[in-house]
Amino acid sequence: MDLTLKVWRQADRKSKGNFETYQIKDISPDSSFLEMLDELNEQLIREGIEPVAFDHDCREGICGMCSLFINGRAHGPGHETTTCQLHMRKFKDGDTIVIEPWRAGAFPVIKDLVVDRGAFDKILQAGGFISVNTGNAQDANAIPIKKFQSDEAMDAAACIGCGACVATCKNSSAMLFVASKVSHLALLPQGKVEAVRRAKAMVAKMDELGFGSCTNTGACEVECPKGITLTHIARLNREFLSANLKP
Amino acid sequence: MAYFLNSSIGKKFLVSLSGLFLISFLFVHLTANSMILFDSSGELFNRTAHFMATNPIIRVVEPILAIGFILHILYTVILTIQNWMARPIGYHKQQRAFSSTWSSRNMIWLGLVILAFLIIHIANFFWKVKFTGDPLLGKVDYDGVEMENTYHLVTTFFIQWWWIVAVYVIGAVALGFHLTHAFWAAFQTLGWSDNCWRKRLNALGLVISIIIAGGFAIIPLWVKIASMI
Ligand code: HEM
Ligand code: SF4
Ligand code: FES
Repeated sequence: MDLTLKVWRQADRKSKGNFETYQIKDISPDSSFLEMLDELNEQLIREGIEPVAFDHDCREGICGMCSLFINGRAHGPGHETTTCQLHMRKFKDGDTIVIEPWRAGAFPVIKDLVVDRGAFDKILQAGGFISVNTGNAQDANAIPIKKFQSDEAMDAAACIGCGACVATCKNSSAMLFVASKVSHLALLPQGKVEAVRRAKAMVAKMDELGFGSCTNTGACEVECPKGITLTHIARLNREFLSANLKP
Repeated sequence: MAYFLNSSIGKKFLVSLSGLFLISFLFVHLTANSMILFDSSGELFNRTAHFMATNPIIRVVEPILAIGFILHILYTVILTIQNWMARPIGYHKQQRAFSSTWSSRNMIWLGLVILAFLIIHIANFFWKVKFTGDPLLGKVDYDGVEMENTYHLVTTFFIQWWWIVAVYVIGAVALGFHLTHAFWAAFQTLGWSDNCWRKRLNALGLVISIIIAGGFAIIPLWVKIASMI
């Protein structure tokens, strides 16, 4: 496949940045999107141009490092796929592909297509954990958990913290991410203990870091590579409201 | 409490409650207005308007309604501006329609159209009936009870000016689109939704939007068309 790529280039946090257009030839439809970018970078290095910086790690859809806003969609075309799991057969020979970094005030661009998602870590540090005394691991199944609850908690726990929800939301809201963490822990007995403090602390941190609020458009859910649903946001709202309206 | 109202979810809580309260008001208002359709002598509507204007419960609810509107507008405007500020640099290309409905993305514009309508509407009728009076507002007498001929004021407006009819229809349609997203969203904000209830509430929201938008749009159209035939 021969493609035209319009790629966001930005030297560092402070510089302004702009789109550069590159031509790339003979890309296999079976290569992944990131492999295609690897080939682009080899070509750029041969031409003496600085290669394009982009995030990735596992390349198997589980770490959440890869990002990229491709042709107007977070993680590009495809349903419940991360950029590393996106294959070039989703595009046509001769296509022009626009590649942008995640855009949100809370996710500043570090270089080219790489953004700083440290804000998510700060939200997690504020309450996305359970406090336990260390020691021997407990016997499995020592605490009975209802099937519905364990299923829901498992679904919420699938979040890989990629930030596609923030990137795609017109408000740059982190509600789906926060909801998946709050929901995941609040559903389980180990997490219930700190549920009130957690909901308050994580929402406060999310607001403080400059993410927008949720207007229930549902765009996050459509683009989430792990299929986290708005039901978890409803649960977050419930947790937060009851945490605050309780005396 | 101050923290709660400053938090994003706390503000949305007020938007949701005020919005639901406004929806319940719309139903009362539409019921009263529909009396225009059922009696072309105007007696039914005048009596209803008189009842509303003198009923102590309505008198108490009226200022609450004003507060509801003010809270809703204040907090949605604050939230919308904060949400705009959350993305200082936008995308070059974004396929928005792929992942969300048009109404959900344009709530503020639909709301501002409703607000513009509301100002015209209040100046047209409410203000005149309540405070300034109007030459079109004669007195009528039903069974010895004297009341204002609100029917005459309202229908004259619609019959005389096409643009007033147009303004009312546009207001009603904007409100209808606002509600297609708003109804379910209000419950979602309160935490009262899941995968199953979402479908039910959205379906109910669509029905409510059609009733409200259709109802409010039909009244001026009906009056205008009936006057021509
Ligand atoms: C009778 C008139 C109105 C009714 C019945 C109504 C109802 C509602 C409801 C139920 C919601 C959903 C709340 C939620 O998402 O939790 C909503 C949202 C909204 N309304 Fe209204 N509304 C009305 C007028 C207005 C006006 C005049 C404005 C003008 C600024 C406005 C702006 C908005 C905005 C921007 C939202 C989305 C806010 C958000 O989701 O954060 N509305 N409305
Ligand atoms: S909720 Fe989905 S889109 Fe958001 S960070 Fe988690 S996996 Fe990514
Ligand atoms: S690189 Fe790990 S999810 Fe894509």
